[in-house]
Amino acid sequence: MTPMDFLLLTKGPLFSLAIAIFALGILIRLFEIFALGRAHNYAAARGNEVIPGLKTMYRRFNPDPGTFKRSTFDVVVGTLWHVGFVIALLLFIPHIELIKSTLGVSWPGLPNPVVDAVTAITLLGLVAVLIHRLTHPVKRFLSRPQDYLIWTVTFLPVLTGYLAYHRLINPYPLALGLHIFTVEIFLILLPFTKLTHIFTAFVARYYNGAIFGRKGIQS
Amino acid sequence: MATSKTLGESLRQHGVSRRGFLKFCAATASMMALPPSMAPAIAQALEKARRPSVIWLSFQECTGCTESLTRSFSPTVENLIFDVISLDYHHTLQAAAGDAAEHAREQAMNTNAGEYLVVVDGSLPGPKANPGYSTIAGISNYDMLMDTIDGAAAVVAVGTCATFGGLPKADPNPTGAVAVQDLVKDKPVINVSGCPPVPMVITGVLAQFLTFGTLPELDEYGRPRAFFGQSIHDRCYRRPFYDKGKFAESFDDEGAKAGWCLYRLGCKGPMTYNACATMKWNGGASWPVEAGYPCLGCSEPDFWDAGGFYKALSVPTGSPGDVLLTAGAVGTAVGVGAGLMSRHQGKQAAQHHDKVTADQLEEKL
Repeated sequence: MTPMDFLLLTKGPLFSLAIAIFALGILIRLFEIFALGRAHNYAAARGNEVIPGLKTMYRRFNPDPGTFKRSTFDVVVGTLWHVGFVIALLLFIPHIELIKSTLGVSWPGLPNPVVDAVTAITLLGLVAVLIHRLTHPVKRFLSRPQDYLIWTVTFLPVLTGYLAYHRLINPYPLALGLHIFTVEIFLILLPFTKLTHIFTAFVARYYNGAIFGRKGIQS
Repeated sequence: MATSKTLGESLRQHGVSRRGFLKFCAATASMMALPPSMAPAIAQALEKARRPSVIWLSFQECTGCTESLTRSFSPTVENLIFDVISLDYHHTLQAAAGDAAEHAREQAMNTNAGEYLVVVDGSLPGPKANPGYSTIAGISNYDMLMDTIDGAAAVVAVGTCATFGGLPKADPNPTGAVAVQDLVKDKPVINVSGCPPVPMVITGVLAQFLTFGTLPELDEYGRPRAFFGQSIHDRCYRRPFYDKGKFAESFDDEGAKAGWCLYRLGCKGPMTYNACATMKWNGGASWPVEAGYPCLGCSEPDFWDAGGFYKALSVPTGSPGDVLLTAGAVGTAVGVGAGLMSRHQGKQAAQHHDKVTADQLEEKL
């Protein structure tokens, strides 16, 4: 197989397969959660559910002071690389082109040197959290093979993207093909691993806010 | 046929001034990324070089490569350089035809055995394909190539058809076309890709061979690194617009008129390695991107099949939007179904729940 064959395979059939598995898997999981609903609460509601639910979806981005003090590293570096990952994913112009061709929607991107710098920070952040996970005794004790697996499948697309952008793998179709291939692995594993938190975190936050809202408590 | 006249003598006979010749040598040195101090060395070597015999084989091709070379901004020194190699066989350019032409080829092969250069443009039906798809004077392309390279010093594959199969090899490849490098294993093969290649690149490769008697440093695809070492994208004068995120959205919008990046119009510059952006075409007048047209990636393998010419490089082939929609609809239906089923099961379990007393539990312990 030539590098170009590999690129065309990853851009064509494999990409379709990956997004099919991703869409199928994540929607089955999400709609199963929605359809299950929650146990009926017979107590009289003291407040609205929807508004506090939506507010909490956003408010959980801010760590409470206690958490920040206890786990400064996790909050700072975790936020840093998550934001970097999302910026590189959604504001790099070739990515926007891909989204436009698949979903039909588009938005303005960021200049490449900015995305490049953000990607470098994201890579460093990801390496730092891995080192922290391996050296921190409690984290290490709590880590399961899946935690290392999802770190790897998250790290690889960012790394290969960075290498492809800087042309550190030759020939270029191989570099781009590898990048797309690692993204496909990420997409395929997403619905079946802890990576579902990308979606379920917001569902959990909503329920959390809604439950407290119903009780008339701020969350 | 190779004559005893040196290149320097020939050039002077053709009216090329010493100054013009040295200018060419300096340009060649910079093209090959050599220090300027190498220019006199190149001049010295080229002056003394004997005209090498070149046999040019044209197989499944459109003659565009020959057109590119012969119709290039003449009269310049590179045309003359080409005039003064001994082009002993080129069935498009030579006067002789039929048996006489084939005779010229055989004679050149015998006289210069082990020393001549073979230039090939065009792909050829592979050993397993029907040889009848392309023949010359009743000889199949495959037989002619194998016969000719036997005594060759090196083979230069000119154009994307000869280097990677090109258009004849494009899906579904009806003639079973293969590239020169797929067949020639025991001789050095230099790939000068492009559809057609930049003329200066062809003459540059020949100049290197005459100067150093060695073959140039080659990249992963067997192309001279001096000319194919950098991507169009990295040397494109429109690159700052790409980095700033300013794109032409159509061929006639304000962005196109302002000369912004053509990535969104399908430019394959980022994956294409060639010298167009630096050496340009038609005597350095312009090149496709400068003319407002996205790079097609013509110097890369399988560029005909590498997704649409007018689709951005990052855009997937096929119809992922439809796949996403179908998979999404199925996923939603299955998810709702699974959720409702679990709910139903939960209710049933609650209904059939047999109450256990503490005494019963203790009995079990």
